[in-house]
Amino acid sequence: MSAFLILLRRELALAWGKGGGPLLALAFYAGVVTLLPMAAGRAPEKLAAVAPGIAWLALALAALLSLERLFERDYEDGALDLLALGPASLEAVAVAKCLAQWLASGAPLALAAPVAALALGADPKIIPLLVLCALAGGLAFAFLGGLGASLALGSRRGGLLVAVIVLPLYVPPVIFGAGALAALSADLPWTAGLWLMLAYCTAAVALSPLAMAAACRNALD
Amino acid sequence: MLRVVRIQDLAISRGERSLFSGFNLQVEPGEAVALTGRNGAGKTSLLRAVAGLLRPEAGEISFGDTEPETARAEQLHMVGHHDGLKSTRTAWEELRFQTLWTGGSEVSARDAAQIMDLKRLVELEVRRLSAGQRRRLALARLAASPRSLWLLDEPMAPLDAGHRAAFGAVMAGHLARGGMIMAAVHDPLPVPCRTVEVGA
Repeated sequence: MSAFLILLRRELALAWGKGGGPLLALAFYAGVVTLLPMAAGRAPEKLAAVAPGIAWLALALAALLSLERLFERDYEDGALDLLALGPASLEAVAVAKCLAQWLASGAPLALAAPVAALALGADPKIIPLLVLCALAGGLAFAFLGGLGASLALGSRRGGLLVAVIVLPLYVPPVIFGAGALAALSADLPWTAGLWLMLAYCTAAVALSPLAMAAACRNALD
Repeated sequence: MLRVVRIQDLAISRGERSLFSGFNLQVEPGEAVALTGRNGAGKTSLLRAVAGLLRPEAGEISFGDTEPETARAEQLHMVGHHDGLKSTRTAWEELRFQTLWTGGSEVSARDAAQIMDLKRLVELEVRRLSAGQRRRLALARLAASPRSLWLLDEPMAPLDAGHRAAFGAVMAGHLARGGMIMAAVHDPLPVPCRTVEVGA
């Protein structure tokens, strides 16, 4: 078994484990999706218009939930030293952590997003696009979130700091994704938004591990 | 296998404060070095610098003809105050991961659990273990995956007399196979060793 898979298995076990995991993220997602319409007004046609946007935005918020502990717990208990002295580079360690985060919360949320959108009265034809956006966007949320988590290493009130660092980075995928979804439900050309979002996700996945590894080295020093 | 650890003219400072400078040390295969010194003298920082986790102010740390990156990825163990064990996972899950991660096998992890007297504890969650049992679990990876250089920070502080002797035997075996040990200690090491004072 390669070092990367060994680590991925551990990270998945930790991400699924007690005190977090997909159930918590799903419960939070359900809460936000229920709360937002109460503020937006309950007229069905109005709700149906904002449904894709709400289902999409709530994904970004739910992705923030367990980010704080992504690097912090390994930093506090010394496991990050062990990870730094392993056969894989810290960049690969960062990829494994974010990938596990995505598998444990981003992917389950992507499967819940259509349910939320339909419950709010969204047009069923947007469902495939919503799932695709949620899967790809979730990957970007996980990697950008990991970036925030690594930069906040060693600071007190890390959770808030992570959110403050990460939320601005979430803006482009939220805009492009919501734009594609809104365009599709209005029968307008929608592919540009999707391509821009996928491009942003690709860049996030490719570049953020470099920054995460540097931030970890800095925190260990 | 590493052939030598050579520390030349090393200076380390934390923040504005200089811990020590002009530190030289050479460790050969089969040799154990006990690093002593008052609290805060820089023993832990020295070990972290050798592990490449801490950037020294000046000086050089080399591993003979092995590149430092390779040495650190493949030939170096470090066990410090923070044992890196996850409290919600079982002792076996943690030992298995740490062993595989550092290049050992599942079989060698099982043998190490036997050697470190952990057989009855492996099914327990780490948070159920005492301080001494946790330390034995962290030390078990030294026996489980063969790496040349062991960097130990107060390795035996929480161990009882019986387990100190048992770990002494593990260290002696490592030295006999040409391994190297650098250990920050206040109590004497249970193996023949050279004593070097840090920050004197």
